[in-house]
Amino acid sequence: MSNAPKPAPAAGAGRASTRKELPEHFKAYRHVWVAMEMEHGKVHPVSFELLGEGRKLADKRGVELAGVVMGGDGEEVAAAAIEAFEHGADVVYTIVDPILTHYRNDPYTRALTDLVNTYKPEILLLGATNLGRDLAGSVATTLLTGLTADCTELAIDDEGSLAATRPTFGGSLLCTIFTLNYRPQMATVRPRVMAMPEREPGRRGRIVSHDLGLAEAEIVTKVLDFIADGDSGRAALPYADIVVAGGLGLRSAENMQLVKALAAVLGGEYGGSRPLVQKGWITADRQIGQTGKTIRPRLYIAAGISGAIQHRVGVEGADTIVAINTDPNAPIMEFAHLAIVGDAVKILPALTDAFARHLSVNRLAS
Amino acid sequence: MHIVVCIKQVPDSAQIRVHPVTNTIMRQGVPTIINPYDLFALEEALRLRDRFGGEVTVLTLGPPMAEDSLRKALAFGADRAVLLTDRFFAGSDTLATSFALSMALKKIGEEFGEPPIVFTGKQTIDGDTAQVGPGIAKRRDLNQLTYVARIVEVDPAAGEIAVERRAEGGLQVLKSRMPVLITMLEGANEMRRGTLDNALGAARAQVVRWSAADAGIEDLTKCGLRGSPTIVKKVFAPTARAEKAKRVNTEEGSTAEANAAALVEAIFTRQPDLQTDLMRTAGNHYLPGGH
Ligand SMILES: Cc1cc2nc3c(=O)[nH]c(=O)nc-3n(C[C@H](O)[C@H](O)[C@H](O)COP(=O)(O)OP(=O)(O)OC[C@H]3O[C@@H](n4cnc5c(N)ncnc54)[C@H](O)[C@@H]3O)c2cc1C
Repeated sequence: MSNAPKPAPAAGAGRASTRKELPEHFKAYRHVWVAMEMEHGKVHPVSFELLGEGRKLADKRGVELAGVVMGGDGEEVAAAAIEAFEHGADVVYTIVDPILTHYRNDPYTRALTDLVNTYKPEILLLGATNLGRDLAGSVATTLLTGLTADCTELAIDDEGSLAATRPTFGGSLLCTIFTLNYRPQMATVRPRVMAMPEREPGRRGRIVSHDLGLAEAEIVTKVLDFIADGDSGRAALPYADIVVAGGLGLRSAENMQLVKALAAVLGGEYGGSRPLVQKGWITADRQIGQTGKTIRPRLYIAAGISGAIQHRVGVEGADTIVAINTDPNAPIMEFAHLAIVGDAVKILPALTDAFARHLSVNRLAS
Repeated sequence: MHIVVCIKQVPDSAQIRVHPVTNTIMRQGVPTIINPYDLFALEEALRLRDRFGGEVTVLTLGPPMAEDSLRKALAFGADRAVLLTDRFFAGSDTLATSFALSMALKKIGEEFGEPPIVFTGKQTIDGDTAQVGPGIAKRRDLNQLTYVARIVEVDPAAGEIAVERRAEGGLQVLKSRMPVLITMLEGANEMRRGTLDNALGAARAQVVRWSAADAGIEDLTKCGLRGSPTIVKKVFAPTARAEKAKRVNTEEGSTAEANAAALVEAIFTRQPDLQTDLMRTAGNHYLPGGH
């Protein structure tokens, strides 16, 4: 079971209408928090996206927006705090301890749980990354509060109730979930679902530092090594401006070359639908969709992809969706902005040439 | 080594349809399957048992018909199956689910031996939350290892385990002390075929069936809807976009070249700023003379 597809949604709805008065000690819970994600000294962009969204919630509520930065290196944490301010945070809670150098569930759960219990946020947001989901699940269980996964939309009412909307059943339905009688209200949001806020250089705020209060000997999980992905393009897919993707309509692994060539000309990334991962034509990190990456490019070109709902939910944030498909009635033809009916295997090379010509001709002209 | 694998019976979501008027899921006739991610967990557990000896217990929380999934797991080679089923569990969110499962795990430990390793899949395909595994770990005080791509080494005598765990930009190699809770990543292994012996055994096997009371749950307010802090208030279908797709090639028999040129025009007409930016960044090697 999960927090989304209740067997009987009506029962959930019935219960929701019987809101209890919030217990007195919960009234101390105020402010909106974003737990910032840091690995290898860098802030994950999803944390800034969450600050942008958190800013709107905090303004609506008239409360502060805070970032939480935990790490092993004081300078890195300080730099991340400044980035948090410049992306909208009023306050940054920091914990610096060598124990926090690499992410490990146990000390991070302790650190974040302690901060929540001390400073009592009303809302706590994390990225729905592997790190964020690992941490959020432990923190919510420790605090015995509600946690809504992979939200696509967040709203707040006048009483401070968070309405967290998320896809369910593989994206075929959306549901809105509340945590009425527990605090904090927790949610995770996938990278690229929320827009990146405008950065305000020079914007500053208050730093509140906190101690971890743990000894390394108390932590039984050790980080032995980190094996970085060889293919550096992998991590870039969700943040690429241009994405070209292939589907089963390409008919063979070799034809993925056509997709890669177009992506290269456009200086973008390539990806594909889930069956291509199962067939081994692309690696799992390049899968786009519900169980793959959410992307938010300015231009998305889907070649030979039908546009099943599980794929659609991963690409909907694109500014322009282009479909190349032999079937004029494929679902993707409904939600694409621009569509070509035709054989992707023929159109992709022609498109690569057309773009190359167009871009260089215009470059000469300008 | 006694290993427990938590599995879930889910509707085959590829075949789910949404009722056009009521926006409810039409479950009728939709086949159920073992959550595909859980099979990676089950296979990993079976491999460890084959290597170190011991037993694999599969555990599920669900309606009585979830027994089907347990029998499938037995047919793959699991040794024992436990079904936790009770009307008090209806409507459980992830917090309530992890509570119920953790109580059943405690009971399994008492009855059949404490498991040094508990497995789950990385997430389910119907809920997609990835929260139940971490919830169980916290409640049972197990060291949590999520998104495990590979088990590197297990040393039962020393009580230690090393794994590779998928993180941003690479794999984290972690060493931890058992007992652990591991959520397995897809593609970690390939599920074996069940043997004929297993299939026959599965059909005849006695599935252990526990109610909330059997699992030692006294406080029913921690179960089902009452034990769920999250409340589903609204279920609805995604709205269609107002802007309709523009068909670029309407002429019959136009060539790929003509279609491609028309598409490039259409893209840059729709997004002029994209053209400016692309000219700055894209395909430098396509500049004349750039080769
Ligand atoms: C739980 C779950 C999670 C899932 N998660 C994802 C996910 O994250 N991402 C994802 O993509 N899918 C996901 N899926 C799978 C999804 O439901 C679809 O099966 C999948 O997206 C279909 O891939 P496809 O469009 O490449 O293939 P198909 O559905 O086979 O479509 C191929 C398309 O190519 C067209 N075509 C054929 N020949 C040509 C040609 N020569 N030129 C141009 N077009 C051609 C056809 O008209 C058709 O529209 C998931 C499914 C489930 C059950």
